[in-house]
Formats: sequence, structure tokens, C-alpha cells
Amino acid sequence: MIRAENVSFKYMRNEEMNHVLKDFNIHVLDGEFVVIMGHNGSGKSTFAKLTNAILLPESGDIYVADMNTKNDENLWAIREKAGMIFQNPDNQIVATMVEEDVAFGPENLGVDPEEIRKRVDRVLKIVNMDGYQTRPPHMLSGGQKQRIAIAGILAMSPDCIILDEPTAMLDPSGRIEVLDIIHRLNQDENMTVVLITHFMNEAIHADRVIVLDDGHIKLTGAPKEVFSKINEMQAIGLDVPEVTKLAAYLKSEGIDIPSNIITLEEMISELCRLK
Amino acid sequence: MSIKIENLKYIYDPGTPYELVALDDINLEIKSGEIVGLIGHTGSGKSTLIQHLNGLLKPAEGSITVDNIILTKEKGQLRELRKNVGLVFQYPEYQLFEETVYKDIAFGPRNIGVPEEEIDGVVRDAMAHVGLDFDQISEKAPFELSGGQKRKVAIAGVLAMKPKVLILDEPTAGLDPKSRDELIEYIRLLHEKEQITILFVTHSMDEVARLANRLIVMHKSKIVFDDLPKKVFKEVETLQNIGLDVPEVSKLVHQLNQNGFKLNEDIITLKSAQDAILSALRSKTC
Repeated sequence: MIRAENVSFKYMRNEEMNHVLKDFNIHVLDGEFVVIMGHNGSGKSTFAKLTNAILLPESGDIYVADMNTKNDENLWAIREKAGMIFQNPDNQIVATMVEEDVAFGPENLGVDPEEIRKRVDRVLKIVNMDGYQTRPPHMLSGGQKQRIAIAGILAMSPDCIILDEPTAMLDPSGRIEVLDIIHRLNQDENMTVVLITHFMNEAIHADRVIVLDDGHIKLTGAPKEVFSKINEMQAIGLDVPEVTKLAAYLKSEGIDIPSNIITLEEMISELCRLK
Repeated sequence: MSIKIENLKYIYDPGTPYELVALDDINLEIKSGEIVGLIGHTGSGKSTLIQHLNGLLKPAEGSITVDNIILTKEKGQLRELRKNVGLVFQYPEYQLFEETVYKDIAFGPRNIGVPEEEIDGVVRDAMAHVGLDFDQISEKAPFELSGGQKRKVAIAGVLAMKPKVLILDEPTAGLDPKSRDELIEYIRLLHEKEQITILFVTHSMDEVARLANRLIVMHKSKIVFDDLPKKVFKEVETLQNIGLDVPEVSKLVHQLNQNGFKLNEDIITLKSAQDAILSALRSKTC
């Protein structure tokens, strides 16, 4: 779905050029759920913007559904294929009514009005916001706004959705709402998902976790493999689940427990087995 | 500096179809030098509450007393109140506006009439409290800084007014884990060194566990818990029912106990959980 080949990107800061991504390679498969983690400045958001041709690589190539982002003619097709969600829900709402906001994308693409009506109703159902069609978006909670923003992307019928810290500004219940939707899109609609986040618990159920540090891929693999590397994660300023730390501690004390436990449920069942 | 809130009520848009009681008969006393966490679901009334504490909102009923400054529906010494109660908003970095970090931090104290010869010292102190290097940062433009640094500049701007009470509305929201841990540590040190009264709003119970010596939980415009954090954390089901997060460790201990372990439910840190679980496994008395 998305391929980055030897991508480098740098930008100007304090009169010097800083590399944000260096010789970066990644291949996100069709239907895959990929989580990208890394501390601020590690290059995560730059990568997201590159996949949407908001930024273009300094060298190397980015392909979205085999279309090179460098080619101007591909621009709209790429943005139709791969929709993007940002951190701040308030910056993504353009209309005064929910259904108009959701219709904005397909209208721009010139979709037939009847088809737009169908799509809007369908995608509002997917994000559990059916019945809110004529509500003013500014009266909604952060989680609801973010779901409306997702609906707006879905209305363009993309194959892939890229979310740049979509839950960072939400409260815990808003976070759960949005995360549920993202997982459903991946499972039920077979949507390719690239989720950028600081919250490790959002990465636990991903197919693959990619950890960026200083413009490089530092760690990559299934969540279990990545999170069990506690020392490496902490060295680059990221956290791992408490239960993973607990497992490592118990193992170091001679208890026979796997060190790649990442969920509470696994930990409970392991400890019950041991007791 | 102590805070006393008596029978506080606040209503948004009174007399309209949108009328909403945001605070309903709130009674609360915070003693000088306490560090208190305030948690609640979005819309529970916590932001409304803290906006009263420095007079951004006026009570519909009841009163707020900060030391001997009283705020009621009818009267309030707002200037006095705001000098003493520093409020750091959510995402305060959006409010930086001066050309340099130095000027931005100096804005508040200049505004409340701190003599010019003291400004330099005040700015240096405030920057030191949040771990910003004066020589490296003070002459930079705020937009040259990272998100975490900008947040610290905004907090320093409030600290520079030397408030006796500091209120922070979700100080770590949107920060990465490293900047978050750093900021929590600076808040902890600030409280330890200066003994100022601190009230912070958060969604993270883990932050409460690390910082606060008291936790207030709000739900539907009322205070539902007000106790030591470890006592509140025991209420796993109630907290989850009102849409709040429970610290990982509390959940673990709680669920293990439901499965026949006999761990002390006061445990809120990973370290004590590790020790308790290890000894339970070793003794097989769980």
C-alpha cells in the first residue's frame, strides 16, 4: 500500500539543516495495521506528511498504491487513496453541520450528489455517529469530532488511513471510542491503517510496530517482540506496558514466566497458572 | 495559601434552552502546601471549577476564599486573586506571543508591576524551575523550540508572577513520554522546594499516583471522591463506570485478587506490586 524507498528528508532549523529522515525504508502491506512510535522529533509526523504528498522527499521515493508522490499528476489520486487524520479535532472541521462536513471531501472529488448522500449516511453509521447528521460539530465532544473527521475521510472511499496522534487531545473515553473505530475499519472494511501514537496501549493490538528514533527505524516487529525490549525502548525515551516490566522483573527473580507479556489479561492468566 | 470553596454553583447560559448546571453545590478545602490531582470525564465540571479559582468565572451561588480574598456573585478582588493564583491553561504554548522567550516570561511580572530591576532575576528563577537553560534559550523565538520546551516556557511565564497557588489544566496533554516524565518531575520539585499549593487537572491516574497527595474526582458537576489517591484507586469498578481510567497497577492487583490472590489493594506503584506478587508466588500463599 505504502512504500518508502531510501527516503531522506531535512528541514531548516536555527540556520542549520537537520535530517529528519535518513535513508528510510518501509513497506506497509495492503490491509495491514501498522503503529509508528517514537518521541517528538523522531520523524513520525514527517513520514505521515510524506505519504500524503504534503511534503516531498529530498531524495528517494514514496509510493502510495504504486503511485509516486513526486509526480504532480498523482496528487489527488493519492489523497483519495490514503486519507489523513491529524491530532487536533478542531482544526479538521470545516462545515457548520456534521453531514456537510462529511460531504466536503467527496464533493471536492466531484462525486454524484445522490452517491454522496448514501456515502455520508453509511460512513456516519461506521463511526457510530448516525443521527448526528444535522448537528453543529462544535457542540460535540473531542472524541465525537475526531470520529466525524474520520467519517469525512471514509466518505472519499480510501484504501488506507493515516492517523497522526489522533487521540492525543482526547480524554480516556474519547480515546477508546476512536481506537475502536480504527480497529473496526481495519477488520471489517479491510482498510490499511497507519497509526502514529505515543500511547503504547494503542499499539498492543497492531500487526506491526515500528519505532523511530532520530530518523531511523530503531525497532520493528510484532508488538510482543518490540515491547519486550524494555531497555532499548526506555533508552530512546519510550515506555512499555507495566505488565511487561513486571514480567521481566519476575523472570529475573527466577520465576518461570514469558518475558513477552504485553496485556493485562495475559499477565493475569500467567500468574494464575503459577500460583 | 489555602483555598476554601463553599456551596459553589455555576450555570452556563442560565434561562436559555441550553441551560447547564456545571457545578452543583461544591464544597472543598485545600490547605496551604497541598498538591492535589483533579480528575473527571470531559464535561464533569473540572475546568469550570478551576476557572473560578482565579476569577475567570464568577459563582452563581456560593463563594471562593483564597486566604482572605473572597469571590462571590456580587464581589471579587480579581486583581489580587490573579496575582496570587497562577492558572496554566490547556495547551498553554498556543498563547506564547512575544518575540523572545525572555520577553514572554517577563510579560506577566511586568504586567503586575514587578520592578524592572527584579525582572531579570524572576525570569531566571522561573526558567530554572522548569529546567530551561537561560543562556541557551532565553533569546530564542518561542517558535524555534520543541513542543515540550514551549510548554515549559508557558509554565515559566506563570511561575514568574510568583503565585502562591498554581493551577495546571492538563499540563502533560499531548507530550511524548519523555517530556511528560520530565515535566512531572519539575512540578514535583517545584512543590517540594517552594511549598506552593498546586492543583492539577489530568486524565492520567498514573500521574496522580506519582504526584498528588490527594485526589478529587468529579462526575456530573459534583465531587464524588476526595481522598488519598490509593484509597480512591481501590474503587476500580466505580471509576470505570464513570468513564475514568484506573492505573495499570491497580487494575492488575484488583483482578488478581478476584482470581484468588490476596494482595494489599493499597498498592499503586509498580515497585510494590512487583514485590508483593513475587512474595505471593514464592510463598504460594496466594
